[in-house]
Amino acid sequence: MATTVSNSGLRRPRLPYLLVLPAVLLFLLFVLAPGAYALILSFQTRKVTGGLLGSTSTVVFAGTSNYRSALGDAALWGSTLRMVAVGVIVVPVTVGLALLFALLLDTPRARLTRFSRLAIFLPYAIPGVIATLLWGFMYLPATSPIGGRYIDFFGSTQVFFAVANIAVWGAVGFNMVVIYTALRALPPEIYEAARIDGGSETQIALKIKVPLVLPAVVMCTLFTVLGALQLFNEPNTLKPLSNAISSDWVPLMKIYTDAFVNADIYRAAATSIVFALGVLVVSFAAGRIVQARVSPAEKGKR
Amino acid sequence: MTATTADARAELRSGRVPADPKPRRGGVALLPTVALILGALYCVVPTLWILIAATKSPADLFSTATYLPSIGRGIVDNIHDLSAYGGGVFWHWMLNSFLYATLGGMAASAISAAAGYALAKYEFHGRRLIFNTILAGVLLPQIVLAIPQYLLLSKAGLTDSYFAIVLPQLFNPYGIYLCRIYAAASVPDSVLEAGRMDGATEFQLFRSVGLRLMGPGLITVFLLQFIVIWNNFLLPFVMVNSDDKFPLTVGLYSMLRHGADEASLYSLVITGTLLSVIPVIALFLSLQRYWRIDLITGALK
Repeated sequence: MATTVSNSGLRRPRLPYLLVLPAVLLFLLFVLAPGAYALILSFQTRKVTGGLLGSTSTVVFAGTSNYRSALGDAALWGSTLRMVAVGVIVVPVTVGLALLFALLLDTPRARLTRFSRLAIFLPYAIPGVIATLLWGFMYLPATSPIGGRYIDFFGSTQVFFAVANIAVWGAVGFNMVVIYTALRALPPEIYEAARIDGGSETQIALKIKVPLVLPAVVMCTLFTVLGALQLFNEPNTLKPLSNAISSDWVPLMKIYTDAFVNADIYRAAATSIVFALGVLVVSFAAGRIVQARVSPAEKGKR
Repeated sequence: MTATTADARAELRSGRVPADPKPRRGGVALLPTVALILGALYCVVPTLWILIAATKSPADLFSTATYLPSIGRGIVDNIHDLSAYGGGVFWHWMLNSFLYATLGGMAASAISAAAGYALAKYEFHGRRLIFNTILAGVLLPQIVLAIPQYLLLSKAGLTDSYFAIVLPQLFNPYGIYLCRIYAAASVPDSVLEAGRMDGATEFQLFRSVGLRLMGPGLITVFLLQFIVIWNNFLLPFVMVNSDDKFPLTVGLYSMLRHGADEASLYSLVITGTLLSVIPVIALFLSLQRYWRIDLITGALK
């Protein structure tokens, strides 16, 4: 018996390799291979050679021409600007409301908290497309219950708020629960001294709770920023309801249109690469900020 | 981190959220309660409104007061018309969504559990490389991969199939990351060592000790991935074009696009939206106690 144990300690078990194998294979097939393929495509183009007996087309090396035309395309920059405009509304409103609701749920003597918590969390289970249909019909003048006859929800400025509202609606609940869970993990004794000193609940919330749950808030901000960069479902689903949204309203719609409507996969691949790099840069920068903000707060806690 | 996982484990044992420690003396904090109810209304009203709108016949939808339900056969007729649309394709979409989300979510959780357990409980060559690569996968926008994935799968002749929708969603970097944390926190090395002393094989240990102790965390991973697949639009939108393979999201979107020419379809889209929201809300409420967000946040720290 004893020999078997020492054997199993020395011998390298094969099991861990077998256990990670499916994940590694899936990563190679569905992340690395498509990524590499997109990179190759982005340096190619289809060249049409017209002969006397009809034209044939061949795929040729294109150098950086796809990248130059993608970056020089005003439509891409326009779509990026619109994405940023929506994100500037979505991120602070989502995180702010999530923090507010989490603090309210954690207030002593607040009632109906179970109902409110569930109701606010519920939209998380509703797909972005379905959420957009719900709100889309609420915006549509012919069916609107919220004054769509008098307010043009698809006006040139309003449409940004209309799109942002749907994204906020879907995201507040999840972030609220994340922050609320962080609040509940704090030991209740830490408020006692403040209560004895006559501190109001608002002061306790702002001066004690908020600084302590800052790591969770920063993390929610990061998630919301990443979500805003990938905005697609909401504007794409609103498009059939309103002319205010073009087929290249946000970068992902632009990539989709290039690839499948204009059938220029080479240029779409170049735009995808540029977009993915942009997302990586933003997430790394955001990750750095998160680390810088979270580490001191974590240290202060211990 | 340690405190949170200890709490989480204590909660796991008791199987419920701990009793509310809030003092309940005195009256009601009016302002917070009202603000929360307003927030709840904001989140619930669109669903309630769609319930009202679904009771209206196509003619009433554009003519009657929007916030009053139509009493009568409106909703029955709407459901009947929706079921007849495209030869009953709506129910096909509903079934597809459930199949994709359930089977995909289960397979993705199993794969994540295996990888997470191996990464947490064994030292082996390439462990660090694999883990870091997977972590980077969290940052990569999966959505950008949809187009090259389509092109590659079309070379393999797999587009417009169930595989095209499910396979790319089986790799779930966040799930692997969570499973590694659950395995590290809930599977003690001493138990594994004791099992080895008793002559259990490594695989038996994984199956009967590892998976069992990771269980509640795995349900969370499953539910998260279920929602991701259930909510996904772009991947199936890109991958399939025969409408009997659509999930609900793509199906209702395609109906809406046809509806742009034919306003009578709006009633059907509204009814379909309502019917697609009901089961997921029911599922969500019934599985409420498995929503272990504390496990997610524990992992974030």
